[in-house]
Amino acid sequence: MTRPARRRQRVPLALLLPAGLGLLFLVLPLAGLLVRAPWTTLPRRLTQPGVLTALRLSLETATAATLLCVALGVPLAWLLARVEFPGRRLVRALVTVPLVLPPVVGGVALLLVFGRRGLLGSWLDAAFGVTLPFTTAGVVLAEAFVAMPFLVIAVEGALRGADPRYEEAAATLGAGRWTTFTRVTLPLVAPGVAAGAVLCWARALGEFGATITFAGNYPGRTQTMPLAVYLALETDVQAAIVLSLILLTVSVAILAGLRDRWVGTT
Amino acid sequence: MRAALAGVAALGLALTGCGGADDEPSAGTGGTVTVFAAASLTESFTKLGKDYEATHPGTRLVFNFAGSAALATQITQGAPADVFAAASPATMKTVTDAGEAAGTPAVLVRNQLVIAVPKGNPDRVVGLADLARPGVKVALCAEQVPCGAAAKTALAAAGVRLAPATLEQDVKGALAKVKLGEVDAALVYRTDVRAAAELDAVEFPESARAVNDYPIVVLKHAGNPDGARGFVDHVRSAAGLAALTAAGFQAPPKQ
Repeated sequence: MTRPARRRQRVPLALLLPAGLGLLFLVLPLAGLLVRAPWTTLPRRLTQPGVLTALRLSLETATAATLLCVALGVPLAWLLARVEFPGRRLVRALVTVPLVLPPVVGGVALLLVFGRRGLLGSWLDAAFGVTLPFTTAGVVLAEAFVAMPFLVIAVEGALRGADPRYEEAAATLGAGRWTTFTRVTLPLVAPGVAAGAVLCWARALGEFGATITFAGNYPGRTQTMPLAVYLALETDVQAAIVLSLILLTVSVAILAGLRDRWVGTT
Repeated sequence: MRAALAGVAALGLALTGCGGADDEPSAGTGGTVTVFAAASLTESFTKLGKDYEATHPGTRLVFNFAGSAALATQITQGAPADVFAAASPATMKTVTDAGEAAGTPAVLVRNQLVIAVPKGNPDRVVGLADLARPGVKVALCAEQVPCGAAAKTALAAAGVRLAPATLEQDVKGALAKVKLGEVDAALVYRTDVRAAAELDAVEFPESARAVNDYPIVVLKHAGNPDGARGFVDHVRSAAGLAALTAAGFQAPPKQ
């Protein structure tokens, strides 16, 4: 309860000014969307079938990608946080590469591996007749590739912050490693997993470059909201603004609603 | 994202454009000429620009190649450009309707669709009907961009109903999917296939029903109107037309 005291502290103008400018720079473009939105035709535009199809596909693929990231990313984060092995620093660096990689490059890389002529893709095609580009599964893959680092970093951070003595105590009481992981470690870092999953989901929702490069663009199958926005911009700026507005609303609602509850950043 | 990049490029062009104009207040045709041109004109215009610079010392050409529709949006949103060359009258119309053109656009060249297939045509595609065969994957351009609109017209004329694997955002995107082997065929312009060594072009009769005219115009807010007119005259000259037809374009009808 030291907060009131802290608030009374005087803020130096040299910090306040750039901070305010920084905030303005981030918020102003979003405000621009609101100002330029065609409010009068909004209801009609929102109910156009293409819009809802793209929105539903976006929500579904982002959720599927997040589930995939949790299933693979949590064990990966555990490995990085709890197990000493040679080359761990290199692995950690590799895991975060998609964070800084241009998404288009990620899409090209995915094509070269999972495409019809790709390293694994050609085998998938020959053995099972499965090709991933131009499919909804391809969208999920592209989104997961770009979003997984967000989850891994969040969970690894949580694991490092968690006290390992609880796990050691469980072990001395006779719990196996799997039981310890599921009954002690996971509940301990649950808020971290949740925070990572939310970030991961939000990133997947906004994914554009890897998706259009790897999965292509087809309404109802691979055309997610960001792709629909880009194509709408070619012909109808108003439609692009409306689509952007929806994406913005969904993202802000999710981030604001879930972040405070699960992460407790306040 | 590509539009954002183009925006940044346009900003850079604005800065260099101003500098060029200030440096040479006296020279009528000197300075920098900024040309916004359809992506399918990339190779031809780059070459024509070099020719023009060689014959007009002191003049520098700066190109911004992208999808016509994206360029039209940039121009109507105030991007600084001297010349606009579009891949369809429809995209040019958005610019003229916005009052951004100086004068009436002239048809520079025409372009026709072909079916792009991998070298040797492994699926033995001979016409549009083959694209509807099961097992043949096809990439088209989205209807919103000129090559997609032309593809739609051609397919309707042939009475062929396609289930394309993807609707790409521009002609180069569709082309790339064939080059990578992810699709077996794509409907693109003849000029695009001619520029790609690893592809073959299959001509089809219905493409005559979906010929794209490429209009070109000097823009109203051109910072260098003399240079702009000079370059437009150059590409419309006999020599310019010869270079364009060598790239696979067709000469426009006599006006």
